[in-house]
Amino acid sequence: MSANKSNKSSTGRGLVNWIDSRLPVFSYMQKEYGEYPAPKNFNYWWNFGAILTFMLVLMIFTGIFLSMQYTPHVDFAFDSVERIMRDVNYGWLLRYLHANGATFFFIAVYIHIFRGLYYGSYKNPRELLWIFGVLILVLMMATAFMGYVLPWGQMSFWGATVITNLFSAIPLVGDSIVTWLWGGFAVENPTLNRFFSLHFLLPFVILGVVVLHVITLHVSGSNNPLGIDPKGPQDTLPFHPYYTAKDSFGLALWVTIFAAFVFFAPNFFGEPENYIKADPLQTPAQIVPEWYFLPYFAILRSIDFDIWFIDAKLGGVIAMFGSIILLFLVPWLDRSKVRSARFRPIYKWFFWILLLDCLLLGFVGGHPPSDHVFKGIEWLLFIDLGHIGTAWYFFHFLILLPLLGTVEKTKPLPTSITESVLNGDTSSSASAKSGGSM
Amino acid sequence: MTDQDSEPVGKQGNRRDFLYIGTGVFAGVGAALSLWPFIDSMNPSADVLALSSTEVDLSPIEPGQAITVIWRGKPVFVRRRTEQEIKLASETPSDLPHPESDESRVLRPEWLVVVGVCTHLGCVPLGQGSTEARGEWNGWFCPCHGSHYDTSGRIRKGPAPENLAVPEYKFLDDNTIKIG
Repeated sequence: MSANKSNKSSTGRGLVNWIDSRLPVFSYMQKEYGEYPAPKNFNYWWNFGAILTFMLVLMIFTGIFLSMQYTPHVDFAFDSVERIMRDVNYGWLLRYLHANGATFFFIAVYIHIFRGLYYGSYKNPRELLWIFGVLILVLMMATAFMGYVLPWGQMSFWGATVITNLFSAIPLVGDSIVTWLWGGFAVENPTLNRFFSLHFLLPFVILGVVVLHVITLHVSGSNNPLGIDPKGPQDTLPFHPYYTAKDSFGLALWVTIFAAFVFFAPNFFGEPENYIKADPLQTPAQIVPEWYFLPYFAILRSIDFDIWFIDAKLGGVIAMFGSIILLFLVPWLDRSKVRSARFRPIYKWFFWILLLDCLLLGFVGGHPPSDHVFKGIEWLLFIDLGHIGTAWYFFHFLILLPLLGTVEKTKPLPTSITESVLNGDTSSSASAKSGGSM
Repeated sequence: MTDQDSEPVGKQGNRRDFLYIGTGVFAGVGAALSLWPFIDSMNPSADVLALSSTEVDLSPIEPGQAITVIWRGKPVFVRRRTEQEIKLASETPSDLPHPESDESRVLRPEWLVVVGVCTHLGCVPLGQGSTEARGEWNGWFCPCHGSHYDTSGRIRKGPAPENLAVPEYKFLDDNTIKIG
């Protein structure tokens, strides 16, 4: 622990020193969150790591207190949630924080992912960092899905029925798997019970993967808007106080927006149908998932045709899960050595088109496939938009990304972060300006 | 016996390698097998399986009417078909998405018993009440993704891959069936 002697901020006090020499938690925090050399040119898109950490802690915290009041049984679940809303002290606040927290968690994680896609944060040496990130996304989706079932409203029940039925598309063993998932012959009490158990467990698994995500980040170091590596101490700043301050400011703005929804529009993202108790004999007119699943839902429904021996149902399921699994492969699909889209004039356009495509798919997912997109235009149905959107999504990742790596002529990179920051970097100032809007 | 030099390391490996691999495989297979009780505990339990049959009294159902009963947590449609509905069902051409004859789907032509769960993604089709939409073939219509079923519960149009399932059932007497 002799190395600690130079480390004045974490030593000097007797008790801290005594603990630190036995469990070096203080010197670890000092190293990873005090001195951690972060590139000096972060923009506000780099705030979302801190925001996501906050959201995860908030979800676990509110979730634990909600679980003290909730009853995971088909006869009592709906009423126990209503009791939380009406009778439990501040129960409404806990529930609205938790429900809107899921929405804002997903908003933040999608921004974080698109940030990574724009600035090439998944490229060598950060492939594993990216993979842990996608894994967190998958775990978040599973957790959110099971959490949405717990209030046992109509959308809870029918959403669970439709999504678990997806597994029946698997040849031969599909039906056995669905029965196994249900613990019965329909979504019933055993299903609700296990979903509650897993919904409690998975956030802690997420927490574990977040730790791995952060460890891999701190091994490779942070990417930055220029996508070039820091050349030395002149290119970086200690995380504290520079980025703790910047993160705190961004987080305060974020929490303000979040609070506005929690207090003034708590059901804005909700589905009124879910305030009706689950009825296994009455299917709602339209089953829609929560907004953050709509793009995947659109992809699922867009495969309405057989592909060789794969029937439409299985094809849709493969496409939907494939759209997520594809993200794991992005570090190898993108062949370009240049990270930041600021220096990739063609990729930059396709990035925005991909973002629009995902928004389009979300729009499509919220409407019945056979509805007209515009009143009076007969030939354009939502299913047509779904076909286009789904085709483009796969085209982007499977064909465009590998192709651009070889055909795109990238702009010259600045020699260093400092030069770019101080001089506006003459060689790429134009692109840096236009990219600065990201 | 005293050390590994007593047996030279050949291309096939020595006795110690065999012991390592054998022990590893034995422990690995044992660990994998010990997972089975945990996995199987999630399958339907004995009490769930015990509730797997339902008796239905058919006497109050008039021709053209249908009732919904619960069997294994799922709705089962019991429909007393009119002469015309039986005729429509039996005269159907054989080039269907899921070809089945009407005769193979009923025990007595008057009574159609099917599981009321759309084979697409598990919604409950409409068509039990006389005022509900029954689709283009006057059977059932699934509002979720627009599957049409005929008066034999066969899929005629829409994304559902299969006909409405016929549960195992038998007539205990003329006015009672036992499902399951």
